[in-house]
This record gives sequence, C-alpha cells and structure tokens, in this order.
Amino acid sequence: MTLPADAQAALDSFEHCSGWEQRARLLMQWGQRLPELNDADKTDANRVHGCESLMWLVGEQVDGHWQFAASSEARLIRGLVALLLARVNGLSTQALQQVDLPEWFNQLGLSRQLSPSRSNGLNAVLVRMRELAG
Amino acid sequence: MLLPSPWRADFPAIAALQRQDQTYLDNAATTQKPQALLDALTHYYANGAANVHRAQHLPGAHATQAFENTRHKVTQWLNAGECGQIVFTHGATSALNLLAYGLEHQFNPGDEIVISALEHHANLLPWQQLAQRKKLTLVVLPLDADGVIDLDAAARLITPRTRLLAVSQLSNVLGVWQPLPALLAMAKAHDALTVVDGAQGVVHGRHDVQVLGCDFYVFSSHKLYGPDGLGVLFGRHEALARLQHWQFGGEMVQDADYQHATFRPAPLGFEAGTPPIASVIALGATLNYLANLDQAAVEAHEAALHALLVEGLKQRQGIRLLGSPQLALVSFVVEGVHNADLAHLLTEQGIAVRAGHHCAMPLLKGFGLAGAIRVSLALYNDSEDLERFFVALDQALELLQ
Repeated sequence: MTLPADAQAALDSFEHCSGWEQRARLLMQWGQRLPELNDADKTDANRVHGCESLMWLVGEQVDGHWQFAASSEARLIRGLVALLLARVNGLSTQALQQVDLPEWFNQLGLSRQLSPSRSNGLNAVLVRMRELAG
Repeated sequence: MLLPSPWRADFPAIAALQRQDQTYLDNAATTQKPQALLDALTHYYANGAANVHRAQHLPGAHATQAFENTRHKVTQWLNAGECGQIVFTHGATSALNLLAYGLEHQFNPGDEIVISALEHHANLLPWQQLAQRKKLTLVVLPLDADGVIDLDAAARLITPRTRLLAVSQLSNVLGVWQPLPALLAMAKAHDALTVVDGAQGVVHGRHDVQVLGCDFYVFSSHKLYGPDGLGVLFGRHEALARLQHWQFGGEMVQDADYQHATFRPAPLGFEAGTPPIASVIALGATLNYLANLDQAAVEAHEAALHALLVEGLKQRQGIRLLGSPQLALVSFVVEGVHNADLAHLLTEQGIAVRAGHHCAMPLLKGFGLAGAIRVSLALYNDSEDLERFFVALDQALELLQ
C-alpha cells in the first residue's frame, strides 16, 4: 500500500530523527502546519475527552474520501494529531478501517505516545475517528 | 548545595529507576518501598500464607498474629492509645466511602456537611454523593491566597446545622498544612463529627490523633512507603459506634441465618471478606523501618529539598506556583506553556512528575487552570534529583518558550 504524500514526508523526517529534542521540534513543526479549526467546530459534541488539553475532532467524507480536521491547545499533541491526519486524510472508509494506526506511530518512533498510561488523548482521538467512520 | 539522602539505598527501586534514567518525583501519587517491606512480603509468602481470624491451624495463627501486630503498630504510629480502633480497608478512598455510607443514617434532609475547596476527589465525591442521596447541603470552605482554609469564612460556615466536617490535613496540590485544631474546634462546638483525610499529611512528620481530637483519621498505606491496596481508618470508640455496617460478607458477622444476621463491632465488623493480609503485614515492616529513622533528620532533609525546589522554580522566568507550598510538593504552571507540553518533554527526559488536575478538578478550576505540573518529594530524593529536574525543565522551556 502506498502512503499518502504527507505521510511519506512525515516518515522520511521522523525516521532520521535522533534524540528527543529533534523529535520534539519536528512534532511542533507538524503541529504548526495543522490548519486551525473554526471556532464554530469547537463544540462539546466535537470535543474528544480523555485529553489533558482541550481537543476537538471533526470529519466528513468528500467524494468518498475522509477529511478530518482537529485542534488542540497543546503544541506537541497538535503535532501528534497532525501526524495522524497525514496518514488518514484522503482514505476511503474501507482503507481507513484497515489502516494500522498504532503501527503508524511505531514507524514514526512515537509508539510510546499511545501507551495506556498516556493521558495525551491520542488513543481517545483514534476511538473517536473510528466512531465517525462507522 | 549538596543534599544526599542517607536513606536512598534502603529503597532498591530508586537504583533500578536510575538505571532506566528515571528520576522519580511523583511521590505524592505513590512512593517506592523500603527493602524491609520487600523482605516481609517474601517472608510471608515463602513461609506459609493463611487466612486471618478464621482458622485454628498454626499457619492461620501466625498470619493472624502478624496481621494484628500491624494493627498495634498503626495504633502506636498515630498514638491512638485506648481512645479508638484501627480498621483496615482497601485504600483511603475505600475508608472515606465506608464513612460516607456507614454514617448515612445519621443525617436528615437540610443537614450540612462541610468540606474545603482543596479536597482530593476521594474526600469530596463520597460526601457530595451522600448529600445528593439524603438531600443535604454540601458546604465548601474557601481558601486564602496561600492555599490555607480561610478561618474567618469557616467560622461563619460551620454552624449548628453542620453535622460533619471532612478536611485534608495537607493538600496534595498546594503542599500546605491546614489549620486543623481551629477547624476541629469549630466543628466540635456544634457537635459535628470530624473526619481528617491524612493521605498526604501522614507521610510528613508524626501525628497524634489524641492531640488532634478528630473522630476519624484516614490514610493510605502506599503513600507512606507501604504496599498498595490497603487503607487505614482510625475511629474514636464513640464515633465508630455510630457507624452502620456497610459491606457484608465473611468474618464481619456474629451470627447469621437465612433471613437475619448480626454483626461484629469494629474493627472486624468493618473488614468484610479476606483483608489484604500480605499488605497489612508488610505495612507493619514499613512502620518498623520508619520508626527507626531519625525523624528530625528526615524532616530537616525534606525541608531543605523543598526549599531548594521552591527557590529554583522562583528563579525561573514565567513560573507561577499554586499557593505558597510549605513542604512535600510544589505545583506550578508556566506562562504561555501548556502543562501537557511541558509534561511531555519532562517525560522524554526521564523526569517522573505529575501533570493534570491531580484529582482535585474543582480546586484547579478555582485557580482558572485545567492543569498544573506537580513535583513531589520523598525522603529518598536528593539534590541531584532536583538538579536533573531543573536541567530537564530548562531544556523543555527552551524548546517551548
């Protein structure tokens, strides 16, 4: 399966990442590139609970392809979400259901961010995404 | 300033954590355990486990003896003397729930329960839910700017309608001793029951429940360098007599037939089912260990470390402390930096601190915050732990600011 172009770019940069500082800088850069959500979308219904920071996720299908958008107050979490969206945006429902997201974060060297003790909410985002994609 | 801890080597996990490049500064959440505890656990399981208070056989007699020895040691630790009893529960939370259910029949609609604004959820939610069940009013004592319960407000809010006062001795977020003598006196003047949540307080210094004069004192073993799954409830005899039985099952019963039963008094009447026997025995070993330390030296060491921590944080730009912490811990936020980001980068550098609401959401909301970072100390921490924390903090802030 070929990766979406954004995902391939993410993989290229994170694969060669050495040390936590570089990884943190990269995460924040990805977070900065995440388009800001409209305030109108920052509703309770779109809120993802289980996060230390306020986070919202919306998703819709355009011509059979999923487009998610998200926002978080915290910069590193925003980066993690940006990496998630890079992997899933543009996928069909079927492709979305098949994608192994824990493996995706593993490839990026970020698998610890998905451990159950983490309260950064990335797991909660994955659950919400699956709910949205039915 | 170099502040080595003479007790560090007594806690084998500290060296193990250090080998994993982890600096453990989350001691208000739970503590590492002394070798004496590990030895007691191994000894109990290696030499014959048995249930307590049930069996006439020798292993049962040994287990019961060791179990009851710990009850005696806890009585001494709190200097309870002859004034009350020690009940073992499955944690401080479970002890507070026992009180909130066991005392339920003592309340009538319109009665008031008084807590404070800094309570941990464990000393808030059981009372809040009791108030909802029985149509009581939950009165919340406000804090002053330093994070101390405001005594002037308390004098107005503790009234003849107050049937129970439940307050923390030492806040798990603010690190400030609360004015218990004054508060307890106000409650007693109106014949209200008094509950002290000693979960944090018991870890720092020795406390005398006879001097305090509270009806109930609650703490959890695991924060006091003991095993988890075990809480302690001290109750004065008169107060325990007002407690109805809550959980029902083995060994708490005096006589049972199919339709009726009668129950034992405290402590066994409130220890339904098999208690955490190994944990109780191991807590006894921890208390032995702690009792043999030079208490004044421990307190001086903790105070010096705390001063170093506060001073270091105050030296840095943009850091705001929550309240005016006196001991044990400091909670803080950094201007323009989300606590989740800071926590993330401290974790990356092997610094184990806590981020978030610290099980005291209403308190954090009162500060206008969703969360904060908390650094909490134990007797085995040393100045090198704090140096590593500050180096990591500076690196993180350099990236984030």
